[in-house]
Amino acid sequence: MGLDALKKSLWVFHLNTGSCNGCDIEIIAALTPRYDVERFGIKLVGTPRHADVLLITGPVTRKMKKRLLRVYEQVPEPKVVVVVGNCGSTGGVFYESYNLVGPVDKLIPVDVYVPGCPPRPEAIIAGIAKAWEKLERMREKNER
Amino acid sequence: MIEFIYFGLEALIIILLALFIALLFNGIERKLIARMQARIGPPITQPFIDVKKLFIKENIVPDNAIPWIFNAMPLIALASSLLVLLYIPFGGMPALLQNYGDLILVVYIMLIPSLALAIGAFASGSPYASIGAQREIVIMISYEFVLSVIVIAVAWLFSLAFPQANAFSFATINEHAIWSVAGPVGIAGLLLLFISSLAVMPAKIGKLPIDIAEAKTEIADGVLVEYSGRNLALLHMAQATRMFAFASLIVALFLPWNLSNIFSLSGTLALIGDFAFFLAKVFVIMFVSGIFVSAASARLKIDQAAKCYISFIFLLSLIGLMLIGLDIML
Repeated sequence: MGLDALKKSLWVFHLNTGSCNGCDIEIIAALTPRYDVERFGIKLVGTPRHADVLLITGPVTRKMKKRLLRVYEQVPEPKVVVVVGNCGSTGGVFYESYNLVGPVDKLIPVDVYVPGCPPRPEAIIAGIAKAWEKLERMREKNER
Repeated sequence: MIEFIYFGLEALIIILLALFIALLFNGIERKLIARMQARIGPPITQPFIDVKKLFIKENIVPDNAIPWIFNAMPLIALASSLLVLLYIPFGGMPALLQNYGDLILVVYIMLIPSLALAIGAFASGSPYASIGAQREIVIMISYEFVLSVIVIAVAWLFSLAFPQANAFSFATINEHAIWSVAGPVGIAGLLLLFISSLAVMPAKIGKLPIDIAEAKTEIADGVLVEYSGRNLALLHMAQATRMFAFASLIVALFLPWNLSNIFSLSGTLALIGDFAFFLAKVFVIMFVSGIFVSAASARLKIDQAAKCYISFIFLLSLIGLMLIGLDIML
């Protein structure tokens, strides 16, 4: 299988499900010359159809539920879901709010959580590196 | 029959080599752009890894797409951009199909990838893709004037200099440098045409100042929005090949000099030397008009780009044509 190639070229689609933009800016920071994720072949793409990794920020508001499920279905297999920030992982400060249907793992299967409010770019890069491990496990399963 | 197989084999080798070189140049391009932005950048082999990955991804055809058009267009885009390379002479080597087509045909075939991209986008049923496709076609209409002016100028010069030869044929163009058949005023005109052909490059390949059709941050990759997996891999290869093919066309028209004539090489050495020199020329053209410009500039709006091509660059090429006409009349 060519999952090796997948490891060296993870394309990331970033979906904001009602986040405050804190995490979003840290994700953009990972693309800047200081962190430069493109050297690992990681690229931010504009559409879920091109993506391998779905990067989700925000606690999932009621309006975003349908869109989140739709975008998740639009990402072609094999795919990995990474949640960035406290809100998406647990609800954070918005825990049990009336207008939330999250956290994200109530709606779709999540592979990696990156906690923090917001997490540092290093943590986000580490989270995407963890996503490689899931793909590695998938490959082992295929070989068996 | 044997000839036929030999012919096919030769075409296959050229196609595979061209695909390899186009992707390699794409990798070098990404690395160079990263360096210009003070980043480390991906390894040079990154486009190969990307394409390999895309081939193992799931290939999704949206529900409201027209499947056969949606799936056929990436293939047509790749095939037509590779086909161009069979008509263009690589360095000293005559082109494989040079007796079967000429400059006009090449300019027409170079249109097909853009058209295929637009048709595939319309067939995908996504509003983003539809906006992208409309933009692609507007841009195509605006730069096509410039290309036709260049073709007219080149053919005009050659038809007067060599009345017996076929002025549109790549055999004629490859044999004589175009600069040698024009007088001083004509050379000034050719220079303007050369500059305007370089200006067409970013639009032809959809690179940064004119990447309006696939504006990533604005209309979610535009024409490519619904493509995934195998189709996207084909389109990526088509984009890379299109850039290589157009740069080769500019080199074949305006920079036809070979190393073997200068250093009086012969045999295999001449062939290799000429080919390497040809690649170097192609890379310089790509760097000047594609890579450097796209690293240094921001995206234009569609009306700005169309106005720029239809008025300014078209005017530049028309002045070039007039200077050549003046030169011929003198």
